[in-house]
Amino acid sequence: MGVVGVSVPRIDGFAKVTGRARYVDDVAFPGMLWGRTIRATIPRGRVTGVALPADLAGFTVVDHRDIPGANAIRHIEHDQPCLVEREVRHQGEAVVLLAHQDRERLLAADVRLAYEREEPLLDPLDSTIVHKRILIEKGNLAKGFAKAAHVLEGEYRTGHQEHIYIETNGVIAVPEDDGGVSVHGSFQCPYYVHEALKHLLGLPGELVRVLQTEPGGGFGGKEEFPSMIAGHAALLARKARRPVKIVYDRAEDMWATTKRHPSIVRHRTGVAADGRLVAMDVEVILDGGAYVTLSPVVLSRGCIHAAGPYRCPNIRIDGRAVFTNTNPNGAFRGFGAPQTEFAVEAHLDRIAEAIGMDPVKLRLRNALRPGDTTATGQTLGADCSAVAVLREAVRRSGYTRKRRAWRGGNRGIGLALFYHGSGFTGAGEVRLQSRCSLATTARGVEILVASTEIGQGTRTMHAQIVADALGVPFDQVEVAVPDTARVPNSGPTVASRTCMVVGRILQRCAESLRTRLGALSPAEHFARHGRTVVTEQYEPPPGVHWDEDHYTGDAYATYGWACDVAEVVYDPDTYEVKTTAMTVVHEFGRPIHPVMARGQIEGGTAQGVGFALLEHVVMKDGGMANAQLTNYTIPTTLDAPRMDTVMLENLYEHGPFGAKGVGELPMDGPAPAIVNAMRHLGLDVREVPALPEVVMRAVERRAAAAPGSAA
Amino acid sequence: MGAALKLMRREPAVPIAGCTDVYVSLNFGTLAAARFLDLSQLAPLRRITVRGDTLVIGATATYTSIIRSAHVRRRLPMLVAAAREIGGPQIQNRGTLGGNIANGSPAGDSPPVLAAAEAVVVLASADGDRRVPFADYYTGYRASVKRADELIVAVEVPPVEGAQWFRKVGTRAAQAISKIVMAGVRSAAPRLALGSVAPTVVRLPRTEAALAAGAPIAEAQRVLGDEIRPIDDIRSTSAYRRRVAANLLARFWADTA
Amino acid sequence: MKFTLNGEPVDINAPPMKRLLDVLREECALPGTKEGCGEGECGACTVLMDGAPVCACLVPFAQARDADVLTIEGLGGDHPLQTAFIEHSGVQCGMCTPGMILAALALGPRPSLARVRAGLAGNLCRCTGYEAIYRSIAAAWARQGIGDRVSDRAGKGAL
Repeated sequence: MGVVGVSVPRIDGFAKVTGRARYVDDVAFPGMLWGRTIRATIPRGRVTGVALPADLAGFTVVDHRDIPGANAIRHIEHDQPCLVEREVRHQGEAVVLLAHQDRERLLAADVRLAYEREEPLLDPLDSTIVHKRILIEKGNLAKGFAKAAHVLEGEYRTGHQEHIYIETNGVIAVPEDDGGVSVHGSFQCPYYVHEALKHLLGLPGELVRVLQTEPGGGFGGKEEFPSMIAGHAALLARKARRPVKIVYDRAEDMWATTKRHPSIVRHRTGVAADGRLVAMDVEVILDGGAYVTLSPVVLSRGCIHAAGPYRCPNIRIDGRAVFTNTNPNGAFRGFGAPQTEFAVEAHLDRIAEAIGMDPVKLRLRNALRPGDTTATGQTLGADCSAVAVLREAVRRSGYTRKRRAWRGGNRGIGLALFYHGSGFTGAGEVRLQSRCSLATTARGVEILVASTEIGQGTRTMHAQIVADALGVPFDQVEVAVPDTARVPNSGPTVASRTCMVVGRILQRCAESLRTRLGALSPAEHFARHGRTVVTEQYEPPPGVHWDEDHYTGDAYATYGWACDVAEVVYDPDTYEVKTTAMTVVHEFGRPIHPVMARGQIEGGTAQGVGFALLEHVVMKDGGMANAQLTNYTIPTTLDAPRMDTVMLENLYEHGPFGAKGVGELPMDGPAPAIVNAMRHLGLDVREVPALPEVVMRAVERRAAAAPGSAA
Repeated sequence: MGAALKLMRREPAVPIAGCTDVYVSLNFGTLAAARFLDLSQLAPLRRITVRGDTLVIGATATYTSIIRSAHVRRRLPMLVAAAREIGGPQIQNRGTLGGNIANGSPAGDSPPVLAAAEAVVVLASADGDRRVPFADYYTGYRASVKRADELIVAVEVPPVEGAQWFRKVGTRAAQAISKIVMAGVRSAAPRLALGSVAPTVVRLPRTEAALAAGAPIAEAQRVLGDEIRPIDDIRSTSAYRRRVAANLLARFWADTA
Repeated sequence: MKFTLNGEPVDINAPPMKRLLDVLREECALPGTKEGCGEGECGACTVLMDGAPVCACLVPFAQARDADVLTIEGLGGDHPLQTAFIEHSGVQCGMCTPGMILAALALGPRPSLARVRAGLAGNLCRCTGYEAIYRSIAAAWARQGIGDRVSDRAGKGAL
């Protein structure tokens, strides 16, 4: 009797419900100092002076001159400094670091920066500095438009979104006697931090150790950003020769860390008389902020998904991520796809309206099916479930009946069909060369991976896969704390890969180990032969070919598929739109742990509702002006809709026990489903967050267009 | 109580009770004060009673006690409605009416109710009590007639004739600061008070007069538009506040017909 | 200063205006109560004071004098709410969980869904979308014998 497919009690559940789980702020080291970051408050210019307090007794002060290696936080490019030398490119850029044993003295220290201000570039549409450009072309656009009976254009916008993990970013750096450093913190990717610190501190890999404390949420906000805060803590610790803890308060975390890339997506679409999409011309513009960081990869995923889950013979997607004097935007669950799939799904309902076709029928006509090719020319196989999720969501929600019955009233219903590639794009997984290990122990086996538990259930899910692949009881499987001194690099905890990619490598580890064990149990083998470690490396599934130069081929090994139906209620006095219910149908292979998988879907859906209606980053002079939880509002229990979640199965051949990825898929659907529900109410909204102020403008436009009708 | 007032006369301290506003400023380093007077243990300040036909709400009565009070439910249900929408349960269990008044935020949820109810603020000092009609209490943005040595000890509410109405429009369904907040009383002499459309809570005498004179609602809405000066801020826009205020006026009138 | 902490009388020395949250985590060495925002918006620091949920980041230590304070550590480990939160994944990253469980405890017996949603409106969760939390609470009450234990701890909740 196996545990895969069974909702076993979470391995970390007991520690978390009793308050015993140790998050970084719960951890202390003897002699530890507190650290603080002094940041630029202008969006562009030069630092001309740093005025420190007169009495610096007990203070450690670090600036760029204290960096032993390269003053750069390495991501794809090396353009982002760890500490400002003179040039400031965004509000919040770190200039000086302080540490002190007394937290109150540290916070009371008055440090003044003097600047020469320059005019900042804040509008991405004005920016000519391109971090990355991507072009995807399929077929012949001109020929396609020639066949079109209708052509519809539209521009769609999404704003910044802030992660609001309940635990803010934090790290403790401990200087080691051998001249190295250990860093403990809230990370999604310990090896990213490891790599960044090596170069920043000029240290060989063996002298840098990165360990994860229990993270209180990540959502991408602890993917690349921690390299920066870890670098800061390590510099202070090195200079002070004492452990240094930096934990951001909520306001600093909101103001100074990464956010979701705002987007402007323009569609020009040719549709045949029978509703078939014959030409899709898409322009994608992402605001990357002041440094390149991860913008190229966000743009990549965004562009690949920009034509939606539809078959169309002629597609052109022209995307660019551009520079502005704002905080660099970064990874956030969905990673470009929520932005571009919002645009295409909102656009599709406008097409349906324009040609007088039912939105479901339009999607059925155009949805990808096995044998069809995507925008990059990838031929889909039996693992494509677009039609199945659409049909089930429509049936289960009563969409068609409600669409008719609610017309003209204050209730609306809308849907979105969407998909999400699992794992890294293209050759990314091959480049990562992820490795996992399995070791025998006195109790059974220990999983050694760098994949982190950020709440999604990594430890438990990996243990379930190993237990069944090895044929041992679940409680014989332990999971090692991600510690770069002990675990191999299984890659970052991102891109919906932790189950499908890393889990699959673990499955192969278990199968190898099973052969080695013979008739013995792991514990018996350990007793007889000592600790045995089996390591396996990523192997791409057969038949996956990607051409990075032409951006064609198999962008992802497989995709998850989903359809959301949103029911909303509208208040004509206040222009507030509230989501009362969502029907959420997802296909992601199969759930390894149904309860935890459902948790991912529901949590991601709630974040999508926030993205659609509530979460507004107010930018002033290039910085977030509403960096308080009072003023940046995520959904409470009274804002989140009731959710009816359905998990359809379609076993994926190359995933562990048939599983694909699920972490990000839920994020792509709620915003367009809700905006399409607004359209059902007669409100033409093309941006999110669709705040009441935005809806009011749509109502005014409607009244102006049809004088005499009620506003 | 006497000891507290003597302390305030000798050297004014910042009075604290529920600590949901002033204490946050202290912890964020934006409040310079170092002396605090804890009012939370003074039982008489917490009481909600009726004296004659006047509802007397102690300054440190919490929103939870206001919501549960049979007196308030019967006599000032619009205050119960407001209290239910302040923060969430944790804030309601600690936050006080006196604190909300003292904080003086133009977005406060109770001031429009107290203004529409024509409540009286009771201030105490070593010299004794004085009573200030709510309409005279605020003098400007976060400024009032309260002296540094005075404490708000109670709010006295005379009987309110007519149907009471309250609506708060926040940034989300709970734990929200208001974008606009309105309290109204429908009678032959209607009363209307709005928050978040001016540096203080405001009554709307010209709009009230229009309603009292039997003007059509569209005309009253026009007068309302002239009478308020809402601004753009990080939570909302002037255009939105103006438009929604007009819509809420119509809704108030229709609901209380 | 004397007060009752998790059912035991204690006498703790700390500055009167220090946040109860910090006193619990430092002087009392109970790090289970978490800080999420410091402004009373997220509810992660929720503790029960005389049976009522409050944000410990908004309580000056002096105001806990003679109070009955319950933190997550005071629930032991086998409270039906704790067991249910594990089983039904009302907990994911766990950062909101201590505050969420205590706020749920204060809701009283067999709360309706409407009461749960209103009662937890001051506790933000970013991981679950709240649905699994509702299921966890319903499941906890479906177990036998929870009634007496909860009413013992939660008190009358009046403030």
